[in-house]
Amino acid sequence: MLLEINNLSVTFHRGREQIEAVRDVSLALDRGETLGIVGESGSGKSQTVLAMLGLTDVNGKVTGSAMLDGEELIGLSTRELSRIRGSRVAMIFQDPMTSLNPHLRIGTQMTEVLALHKGMTGQAARTRCIEMLEQVRISDAARRLRQYPHELSGGMRQRVMIAMSLLCEPALLVADEPTTALDVTVQAEILDLLRSLRERYQMAMILITHDLGVVAGNCDRVVVMQDGRVVESADAESLFYRPQQAYTRELLAAVPRLDHP
Amino acid sequence: MDNAPEIKPRSLWQDAWQRLRHNKAALASMVILALLMAVVCIGPFLSPYSGDAIDWEYIWGEPSLQNQHWLGTDSLGRDVFVRVLQGGQISLLVGIVSTLVSLLIGVSYGAVAGYFGGRVDSIMMRIVDILYALPFLFFVILLMVFFGRHLLLIFVAIGMVNWLDMARIVRGQTLSLKRREFIEAAWMSGASDEQVIKRHIIPNLMGVVVVYVTLTIPQVILVESFLSFLGLGVQEPATSWGALVNEGAQEMDTAPWLLIFPASFLAVTLFCFNFIGDGLRDALDPKDR
Repeated sequence: MLLEINNLSVTFHRGREQIEAVRDVSLALDRGETLGIVGESGSGKSQTVLAMLGLTDVNGKVTGSAMLDGEELIGLSTRELSRIRGSRVAMIFQDPMTSLNPHLRIGTQMTEVLALHKGMTGQAARTRCIEMLEQVRISDAARRLRQYPHELSGGMRQRVMIAMSLLCEPALLVADEPTTALDVTVQAEILDLLRSLRERYQMAMILITHDLGVVAGNCDRVVVMQDGRVVESADAESLFYRPQQAYTRELLAAVPRLDHP
Repeated sequence: MDNAPEIKPRSLWQDAWQRLRHNKAALASMVILALLMAVVCIGPFLSPYSGDAIDWEYIWGEPSLQNQHWLGTDSLGRDVFVRVLQGGQISLLVGIVSTLVSLLIGVSYGAVAGYFGGRVDSIMMRIVDILYALPFLFFVILLMVFFGRHLLLIFVAIGMVNWLDMARIVRGQTLSLKRREFIEAAWMSGASDEQVIKRHIIPNLMGVVVVYVTLTIPQVILVESFLSFLGLGVQEPATSWGALVNEGAQEMDTAPWLLIFPASFLAVTLFCFNFIGDGLRDALDPKDR
């Protein structure tokens, strides 16, 4: 197993109040596999992966275990986590408009990752970035490197984010609602791109989404979350055709359809 | 796509500069301010008189072109032109140095407090609150009593008070910046806290900070004038615009030029800084983009 999460819980303290965002979640992921985490807003999808990577807010407490390649992640120091983040596990975010620093050129932001993890700088790093941008089907890559984020469109920025996250060829890519902020045609392109890159680099992927349509064509297995708990875990096909839990059926029924208004 | 015209990439700062250039008031202010600074630095050498020499022939003298007392003389027969420019040197120096002091302390303090948040933030901001509660004048008088009167003390006193505002503003901005996804993305790519603050937080604060700085400089000049007015500021024979206005105000019935000239220099400078600040605020406003 590449990733094994066991009994992971995240509790936030606000004054005397305690909010249990994630309760006793366990999941596992093999190399090259894609896991979908589905659930409505606030069901703890994102908090689960953030906790695994040590990105929980200061007022949150994480218990349980998350093993990456046999190495325990929970309780690692920030420095040790920094080594893993970006190199072995990478993440892309929901809103490509805000996930790039507006004051830095695309090239600067990308080469920074290489300098951090591989000590690669200068021309070598630039060549690698151009290669990666071409991988995500961005034309005229050398010129893009000199541009600033506000000069690119949303879909283009998400591609840049993807290229950036793949620079160090991570074993696991976490995509936190990667297409939610994009329009439908761009969504399809991005999902298609993610699928082909996953095959090419043999990486595992966690796809967090509230859109069951996104899950359908892209995931091997699906975990359904509600109120911080895993309510159902199944392979994608059986989830869609034979949902076991009432909540899953509700979710499936809630997908808007053109033929049943 | 391939034959699209080559568009030169522009940073947000270049964008802002383009917009600032179309703001006539701000542009004119920058030109005037640059001229003013040049005059203040070079001017005293153009006059045949020095700021502390007494002209016994021409005490309380009106402005006159013949004897080269262009702006007249004061009650001790000192040349007002030279004194106004020397006062300007001090006023601008106080304004700029004190602002830099408050900028340096305020930005790093506020960024650290906002970035780490939680308990660190609470403790750091309570310290700011406590310092805020200290009465400014009392603090200045205390400094003067302990260390004697020195120009450096004015820099310290004003800088010490102004960084509190700066720290609060920067902390607030940092708190909201921290929620932006590119900060999270930076953490995710393995950047350390120090790198995130230096590379991602501070550059994104600069817009607000620059605007605040241009509005702080005139404020500091005013505070210095206020201190000089109370007799706590610069000491004779050195002078500042505030001190000159104070002297002039006492004799404005008999010798109005003693008030008019330093006051107009002061007013023009303050206007210029305010216009530049306003212009920068508009130019850097993300909503205009």
